[in-house]
Amino acid sequence: MVVPDIGALWRRRSKIRGGVHPEPRKESTADKPIVANFPLPERLYLPLQQHLGQPAEPVVRAGDKVLKGQLLAASRGAVSASVHASTSGTVAAIEDYPAPHPSGLPTATIVLEPDGDDRWVEEGAEIDPFGLTPDEICARVDRAGIVGLGGAAFPSALKLNLGWRSRIRTLILNGGECEPYLTCDDRLMRERAAEIIEGVRIMLHGLQCPTALIAIEDNKPEAYAAMRGAAKNHGRIEVVQVPSLYPMGWEKNLVTHLTGKEVPAGGRPTDVGVLLHNVATAYAVQQAVRYGRPLISRVVTVSGEAVESPRNVETPFGTLLSELLAFCGHRPERTARYVMGGPMMGDVLPHVQVPVVKRTSGILALTPEEVQATDARPCIRCGRCVSACPVGLLPLEMMTRIRAGQFDAAVSFGLRDCISCSSCSYVCPSRIPLVHYFKYASGELMARQEAQQKTERTNRLAEEKRRRLERAKQAAAQRKAQTAASEHAS
Amino acid sequence: MYILFAVVSLTALGLALGFMLGAAARYFKVEDNPLVDEIEKMMPGSQCGQCGFPGCRPAAEALVAGKASATLCPPGGKALAEQLANKLSLEIDLAGVEDQAPMVARVSEATCIGCTRCFKVCPTDAIVGAPKQIHAVIADACIACGKCVEVCPTECLRMQPVKTTLRNWRWAKPQPAPAGA
Repeated sequence: MVVPDIGALWRRRSKIRGGVHPEPRKESTADKPIVANFPLPERLYLPLQQHLGQPAEPVVRAGDKVLKGQLLAASRGAVSASVHASTSGTVAAIEDYPAPHPSGLPTATIVLEPDGDDRWVEEGAEIDPFGLTPDEICARVDRAGIVGLGGAAFPSALKLNLGWRSRIRTLILNGGECEPYLTCDDRLMRERAAEIIEGVRIMLHGLQCPTALIAIEDNKPEAYAAMRGAAKNHGRIEVVQVPSLYPMGWEKNLVTHLTGKEVPAGGRPTDVGVLLHNVATAYAVQQAVRYGRPLISRVVTVSGEAVESPRNVETPFGTLLSELLAFCGHRPERTARYVMGGPMMGDVLPHVQVPVVKRTSGILALTPEEVQATDARPCIRCGRCVSACPVGLLPLEMMTRIRAGQFDAAVSFGLRDCISCSSCSYVCPSRIPLVHYFKYASGELMARQEAQQKTERTNRLAEEKRRRLERAKQAAAQRKAQTAASEHAS
Repeated sequence: MYILFAVVSLTALGLALGFMLGAAARYFKVEDNPLVDEIEKMMPGSQCGQCGFPGCRPAAEALVAGKASATLCPPGGKALAEQLANKLSLEIDLAGVEDQAPMVARVSEATCIGCTRCFKVCPTDAIVGAPKQIHAVIADACIACGKCVEVCPTECLRMQPVKTTLRNWRWAKPQPAPAGA
């Protein structure tokens, strides 16, 4: 039985601004259990960068034998995450391989040839996570190479550490999964609720934070019931339903809706004492802290009309998307577009010979009917994008400025606050690719900033050179004077 | 003993002259147009000479005097042209300014003879090497001014477009809606 959400009576709830209601299209995968016995592919491709920040530094060489869960590349620099072997086998090469990215450009990748044994590196004994200090929990999460599994792939240990230092009052677990098609978090919450709740308790312990809220959209009643059941003996954890609306899972929306606080523009939820993690990240944290298991696989939604038996598959990292699609009965001749992640914010991929990485929440093979590609028509200034924008921006105004090359004007209209959620592009009756314009403009602004930095660096280097030449001249003059003096003396 | 005299007297002379020069620079300073200084700061400062002026400062002076267009600096590209036009309140047509594809110099190891000429002319010290050793370009510091290419006796230095990687890849501009559609 689903217990009514009493907390809603006293909690101040703010109305969510904007948003859209895309067709959920989750029914094809939501009721099928996670497939855990995905056959190991012949080769795994593990990019050194599957996270935000610096790429990891390889600690193995081509030809090395490695075991499942062994460290392959260590995190380097302040923001980074390590990469582990998804199975046992031999490192075939460390070379450039196409990345799962809209550009399809190559990136440094460890190629692993599985030996079929799937033998674990010596597993540490199971430990009691609640006997650890916050620092030890962060260290274990860091060692496991965990990143945010919601899509941003920010290193989780860093987030926990920062959260602990900035005295978080509320931890919010994002189980919204507002993107259409995706059901990987839904299935995980239904099937592994107890582990997720323990992961949340470990996070609370690591953050020294009093309360946690688990937000689940009201279109997932089974997941809500399972999580409520698992959380019922833990008073500090509350499971709440949030309305099904895209982008409900945007962190600032969740914070405003659940706590009534508004995150400032350009700020982070930690500024108002809130930290957000994805539910799948909580599961990974539980596995890492209790069992010492690194993050080497994740649940991936394989869906779209061009897939014959769409489902959720627990996939080892490095598996090629093409193999995962073939496993689920992919029909390439019906596919018009491949999308990694959800259809709203996911990356359109030029091809699927690219690996599953930590941020791969799903792979969609969409048919022409699902894509409905049409050319953009002129803007009719209907203002639907303005009502849909969850941030409160004026997408049409920003777009016209960008089209005219006036990037500074676009910035003054709030370009930097755009979260690329695609709500505006979704509602536009003229099918104008608004978010594409914003991404293009952000890239241009980034390029300009880099050019500016380069100019400053050039100025500095030119100045250094001038000084160096001056010093050399002085030294030469002095040497000459000394030689002259000594000649004179002799 | 003579050596000591020589060293002491020359050092004293150097110091005295230095102080005099320093004092002169401070007290007899000719006031420049501060706008020239500001514009010079905005320029790349590599004195590459691609604008046709013998350096960034003469170019800045020409700009302020109205003898040059805001689009004069090829390495600065569109962004600098726009900044300069804003600074000087000029109307410019940016359509004609092509942003150069970013370039970087590269040494071909097969033909480099280690003559050291290139790194002597490099305005940003972006080329490293030693006599009779193969030189190498530090791509990060190279500003693609092309001075090294001019002096290289074996034509082993060449300008190449900067390789696109995941880090510098950018979204292309969307195709605008067809007019009248």
